[in-house]
Amino acid sequence: MEHIVIIGNGISGVTAARHIRKLSDKQITIVSAETDYFFSRTALMYVYMGHMKFEHTQPYEDWFWEKNRIHLKKGYVKNIETKSKTLQFADGGSLQYDKLIIATGSKPNKFGWPGQDLDGVMGMYHKQDLDNLERYAPNNKVCKRAVIVGGGLIGIELAEMLNSRNIPVTFLVRENSFWNGVLPEGESTMINRHIKNHHIDLRLGNNLKEIISDENGKVKSIIIQETGEEITCDVVGLTAGVSPNIDFIKDSDIEIGRGVKVNRFLETSIQDVYAIGDCAEQHEGINGRRPIEAVWYTGRMMGETVAQTICGNRIQYNPGHWFNSAKFLDIEYQTYGWVFAKPRENEAHFHWKHADDTKCITVCYNKNTNEFLGINTFGIRMRHGIFDTWLTEKRDVDYVIAHLAEANFDPEFYKTYEVDIHSAFKNELQTV
Amino acid sequence: MSNKINHSMSLAKPDAVDISNKQKVALAIGILGLFILVLALFNTNFPNKGLFLTLSLGFISVGILIYSRDAYLTKLEGIKNDGIWFKSISSRGVWGWILGVILTAFYIVLYFYPQYLGLGKDGASNTGLISLFDPLSNLLSGRNASQWFVYGTLYTIAILAFGYKFMLKYRHNRYEQLRTVSVMFFQLGFAFLIPEFMYVMNSDLPYYDLKSVWPLNYYIFDEWSVKGFLSNGNIGLGLILFGIISIFVITPILTYKYGKRWYCSWVCGCGGLAETAGDSFRQLSSKKMSAWKLERWLIHTVLVFSVVMTVAMVYTYLGYDHNAFWLTKGLFIGLVIGFLTLVFAGVMYFKRKEFGRDAKYGAIGYFVVIALLVIMHFTGTTDNVFFIKGSALRSAYGVYIGSIFSGVIGTGFYPILGNRSWCRFGCPMAAILGFQQRLFSKFRITTNGGQCISCGNCSNSCEMGIDVRAYAQKGENIVRSSCVGCGICSAVCPRGVLKLENDTMEGRINPTEILLGNDVDLMDLVNKK
Ligand SMILES: Cc1cc2nc3c(=O)[nH]c(=O)nc-3n(C[C@H](O)[C@H](O)[C@H](O)COP(=O)(O)OP(=O)(O)OC[C@H]3O[C@@H](n4cnc5c(N)ncnc54)[C@H](O)[C@@H]3O)c2cc1C
Ligand code: SF4
Ligand code: SF4
Repeated sequence: MEHIVIIGNGISGVTAARHIRKLSDKQITIVSAETDYFFSRTALMYVYMGHMKFEHTQPYEDWFWEKNRIHLKKGYVKNIETKSKTLQFADGGSLQYDKLIIATGSKPNKFGWPGQDLDGVMGMYHKQDLDNLERYAPNNKVCKRAVIVGGGLIGIELAEMLNSRNIPVTFLVRENSFWNGVLPEGESTMINRHIKNHHIDLRLGNNLKEIISDENGKVKSIIIQETGEEITCDVVGLTAGVSPNIDFIKDSDIEIGRGVKVNRFLETSIQDVYAIGDCAEQHEGINGRRPIEAVWYTGRMMGETVAQTICGNRIQYNPGHWFNSAKFLDIEYQTYGWVFAKPRENEAHFHWKHADDTKCITVCYNKNTNEFLGINTFGIRMRHGIFDTWLTEKRDVDYVIAHLAEANFDPEFYKTYEVDIHSAFKNELQTV
Repeated sequence: MSNKINHSMSLAKPDAVDISNKQKVALAIGILGLFILVLALFNTNFPNKGLFLTLSLGFISVGILIYSRDAYLTKLEGIKNDGIWFKSISSRGVWGWILGVILTAFYIVLYFYPQYLGLGKDGASNTGLISLFDPLSNLLSGRNASQWFVYGTLYTIAILAFGYKFMLKYRHNRYEQLRTVSVMFFQLGFAFLIPEFMYVMNSDLPYYDLKSVWPLNYYIFDEWSVKGFLSNGNIGLGLILFGIISIFVITPILTYKYGKRWYCSWVCGCGGLAETAGDSFRQLSSKKMSAWKLERWLIHTVLVFSVVMTVAMVYTYLGYDHNAFWLTKGLFIGLVIGFLTLVFAGVMYFKRKEFGRDAKYGAIGYFVVIALLVIMHFTGTTDNVFFIKGSALRSAYGVYIGSIFSGVIGTGFYPILGNRSWCRFGCPMAAILGFQQRLFSKFRITTNGGQCISCGNCSNSCEMGIDVRAYAQKGENIVRSSCVGCGICSAVCPRGVLKLENDTMEGRINPTEILLGNDVDLMDLVNKK
């Protein structure tokens, strides 16, 4: 029986395994160094905040794996020998495969800051980071202040986590407004204000210069590059993005760039070796997407796709319209289609913000053809299905604004804003 | 494993750290109010009972009010679940167990030893705790308090005060607020005040909480109850007719349109207490597959029991003779069997596919009931059914289901099993409504395409132990008979994936393998089979 080995028990590896099991009777082994069972990385924050226990982050009960004959092996893969189709483990063992799926995810970026490996300095990616945080920041007596470096999605989650235990947070953001490489200005500045309303010390346009150690090799303070200010702290969170977790592949024959290079079929340069999820890098981005997509659902979709290919139905990875979501403290964010921070050529943005400063939308459309290109929504839930259809049908922006109510996904009895949005849109057209 | 687990067993940390001075004062006020009740329980004879009762209930309510205002109004609107799994009381820690034991003991005394609460037997005047409530009872209905009056008062206060707390906690969520106002209204009006006033108007009428529907008020068709109604002319007849219409007309229509939530989360008193006072314990319900299996056996067994018990009760006081009353034993059994058969055949014919694997269990249940009824008919005598006294069957149901299951375990075990274990494992009304919801209702929880990140907040918050995530991460709508439509899964979802809706029956159940967002051909290919 063909033996499929998957390195990584994250969403991409596990989805691949489940679908291969559905489609076939092959022998399946999932290898991971992190945890015994698959858990949801996106929920790590809720464990620290006490909303859930770690076991609640596991989407499948422990019996699931044996019942579905998915063999789980704990161990760190040190090396892949593609000629003999063998994995070498750090503890000395080895494992033979017929087909290999690399799904090793990401690791936090570290940019060579002095002191970046001190005790009390951590990323927020793996289960071990959570354990570390629990150790160095159990409460505001042990951790009197924490500094977070890097204003992205994980940075703001870490800020929320620490905030939940009343630990004062200084949040260093390189850009001059939160996440404004992605968010248009109106949205980004609204989130700035929201962060400050949570009593988080947001420092825009500030970079980390170095992390200073105390006599025991633990962090004592940090220095800000721009001002030279020293901030005393007990924990430093490094959340300046992630990159593919593929160091152990460097010595193999598999072609890598920033990630493991794959074609549209998720095949690497070596036969019978595939790569999916955060660690895979397309030769070229698909439909305006980036070559490396470090989001949950793309990992899942790649898993679904590669399972088909491995089970004899070779198909391309072909993601549909871009969408995503996140939450900034109390404000939910969803996006469908493309809305860039600044309108590109021939594009225009329509922005509406509610007076309470926690809800807004930005609609992007083509100035010349009026085609609707995408929407960002904050504090209002929208239907994925409807926007997906509208994007496929290439609806124009007037249609979308006029039919926005159909896309509303807020709970029943919520106030609705479509009328407001509609009239704001008409007013804007008149003044332009 | 999270190293937090041991914390929950500690008495002081980290809960006490988080509580503000204002909350400590509030806690003290509330405890003072409770202390008055405890003193009364130990037979302290207060000089002015009315005053002390007012003080006690006032202190308790004010304590809860101040505490929750400080807990929620000092923060921005949003999800307020920080630390629920660290706090001893809400994570089966020491405080949780202590509270569980106190509540359980209270229920045992309430149901089985009311004399310890000070109930005066055989006309003797009340003492202790119950006598403290005499002034209020006299004010409302002109009679002395009973243990049920004491219980009803405390129950109502709990729903009102904790309902207020719940509304502050979800002050950004209109759905949660409206349904909480609704349960507060129904508890105060329908369960508490109206029955008292009805007694004032006509003291012979049996207690009737108009919003309580058979089989939840399993006693409504008891002989004393029916006789009580019938001997009271038109009002009584009207009430019992209303009871029957509630079961066969009102309930099915509302459940068809809105799902069982119209009752379980908007009207019901048991649900009301669970959603308000019990809210802090919702995360404790088990999400395991094994718990779900147990649930389905248990709740349907109770349903069978309650149907057979009620039929048996009515059966024993019906005559054989046509001339005495048009409804005879034989005709009655025939009608019941006919009705059940109609329902069963209808479901099998129209809904066979949606019923799926459950069809087998449905069939087993149906045949068990029919068999029991037939046996009953042929072994029954004037007051014996199944060779035991009909009244014994009735009191067994009353004790084991009505008291022990719904009260002692259902509420006493809030801090251990979660706040809706009665609703989930025991309530026969929930079983009937759930059956309708599963097969004939427009209600469902819609999932939002491919947005789910499998975080598990929804499952964690589901008081009915539904593994909501298992559906959401597949993009599958949640159509489950046990869902009470509390809406909390939708509220806590950080990605806006869940929406409670009433829409057409078409496409309500949508099993998918591949979610929206993927290659369209692949979605078709995989979802087709
Ligand atoms: C805090 C946080 C919040 C997030 N929130 C969101 C969100 O809201 N929405 C969203 O879309 N995305 C979110 N993401 C991103 C998302 O979690 C990732 O895109 C996704 O988990 C990637 O899945 P994966 O299967 O590719 O890899 P991973 O989940 O990283 O799994 C890879 C596994 O492989 C193991 N591994 C690596 N190398 C080896 C080796 N050599 N030997 C053995 N095992 C190895 C790793 O230890 C790991 O367990 C978040 C990420 C983080 C960290
Ligand atoms: S539905 Fe929402 S709460 Fe539930 S797992 Fe998915 S993202 Fe999390
Ligand atoms: S599924 Fe959601 S709405 Fe239904 S009972 Fe559970 S938490 Fe409440």
